[in-house]
Amino acid sequence: MKSTRSLIAYLQVAPLFVVLFLFFIVPLALVVVVSFYRYQVMVGLVPDFTLKNYVEILTSATVWKLYFSTVKFTVTVLVITGVLGFWISYFLVFHIRNLLTAIGLFLVCTVPFWTSNIIRMISWRPVLGKEGLINSALLDLGVVDQPVQWLLFSDFAVVVAYVHLYTLFMIVPIFNAMARIEPALLEAATDGGASRWGVVWNVVLPLSKTGIALGAVFVVTLVMGDFFVVTVMSGGLSGSATSGIFNDLKFLNYPRAAASAVILLIIVLLIATAIFRLVDVRKELAR
Amino acid sequence: MAEKSYGKRPWTFYVLAALFTAFVIFLYAPMIVVYILSFQGPTGGLVFPLRGVSLHWFDALFGQARTGDVGGAFSRSLPLALIVLLVTVLISVTAGFAFRRRFLGSGLIFYVAVASLIVPGLVLSIGILVTLKFLDLPARWFTSGLGAHLSWTLPFGLLIMFAVLGRFNPAYEEAAYDLGANKWQSLRHVIIPILFPGIIAVALFGFTLSYDEFPRSWLAVGSKNTLPIEIWTMTTNVTSPALYALGTVTTVISFTAIAIALGSIAYIQRRRSRRG
Repeated sequence: MKSTRSLIAYLQVAPLFVVLFLFFIVPLALVVVVSFYRYQVMVGLVPDFTLKNYVEILTSATVWKLYFSTVKFTVTVLVITGVLGFWISYFLVFHIRNLLTAIGLFLVCTVPFWTSNIIRMISWRPVLGKEGLINSALLDLGVVDQPVQWLLFSDFAVVVAYVHLYTLFMIVPIFNAMARIEPALLEAATDGGASRWGVVWNVVLPLSKTGIALGAVFVVTLVMGDFFVVTVMSGGLSGSATSGIFNDLKFLNYPRAAASAVILLIIVLLIATAIFRLVDVRKELAR
Repeated sequence: MAEKSYGKRPWTFYVLAALFTAFVIFLYAPMIVVYILSFQGPTGGLVFPLRGVSLHWFDALFGQARTGDVGGAFSRSLPLALIVLLVTVLISVTAGFAFRRRFLGSGLIFYVAVASLIVPGLVLSIGILVTLKFLDLPARWFTSGLGAHLSWTLPFGLLIMFAVLGRFNPAYEEAAYDLGANKWQSLRHVIIPILFPGIIAVALFGFTLSYDEFPRSWLAVGSKNTLPIEIWTMTTNVTSPALYALGTVTTVISFTAIAIALGSIAYIQRRRSRRG
């Protein structure tokens, strides 16, 4: 009986596994393989086992500079989305008295997730541009007499777009974690003499850390792996860790693009593992 | 905490309410600006002030081939999103049932699914490109493109099924068996109806995530672009409100999908509570 049961389970999970195997495991494995290949103009992939691609990337000052700038973006965005995500979820879960209202407001926050990222990114142009809404308003109010230049095509614009696109990835898991906190727990803490901040700091924050961790993993991988937002919003002024990949792909240098991809993947996985080690997410999900 | 009892609202409520309002404005205002600007007259530019009101730029979008192959991109992205919806629902619902019990390797498959979710899209796109080179196959939106999308939608579907099945009480299923239902009958008349709102959520994620997917599709769909890639190329060479018009059209489609999904969930819940 037990063996037929697990046979059924294997049959049920087989289609999922086949798709993930074909379109996730195999491609990643081949990226690793190709990263050791040699590049030859006009030929493309030449089987080999060379560390040349890695050496070229890791000894390039440009690459280190790009990674530094990407890490700077990641940390900035992580802090902003984390703070926003925490307080917005806190507001929805603990300040809205009607459950339906809370769910409705939560949906208002999540609807943009189901619409096009590129359009949402582009939509900052008429707002932040030299003749955009903010600059016209500032000029009309007489706050400035020259349009503010650094609003668009700048690091500022990049951060604005990231926060706009990715705060949802913080709100959803943190909201989910907070919604499972027993209100009685908070009352007990207050009755026990905890201040309002004490309750937030010692009860709500520790119980929300699974959500914060999940959100952080999403934000880290999305920002570290991004090329498109940084290109459009910085107007090509800032690069990202993935810029090198694009240049290599243009010249069909797949081996070096693959090596860059492997390095990026290792960094993202290390960060994700570190975050998951802080919080046992699977145990918390099953709670 | 004091907030939960119906007393006077604490000052933090007003501070956080202001923060929330500001965030919602931040979230929606730029999008609304784009929708407004897309209805400009033929002389309209990329910024305010609005120069006339017309449907000129929507016409330009599908008119002569001057803004790229928008019609073609729609004719690929919509069927692809529907296929992804169907496959995502079938595979993640079935897989969700498997995970109700622990089996050898269940942890491993779970971690592979999560890894597929958080791997940078670009890395996966390169991976699929390289795989196709190895197999000497061309990239097509309905083969490699479909696979790239599924690697993104299936983990979401699985996580939703975890949440849905976690709340599903097996007593209902047992009750059906006790009353003489066979496996198929209990699935058809008991399990599926109870899980239906969750299944709609999976469908919504499948459709919209595929329809808007960009980084994974980038190198995987081949020479015939899907819509997000078409928009991406337009950002670099189209400097007219036609770009905004496309933004409006594609958002209308997304909103329609969201409205259908949320509307049918609300309808089912209401019918259920009326009966219950």
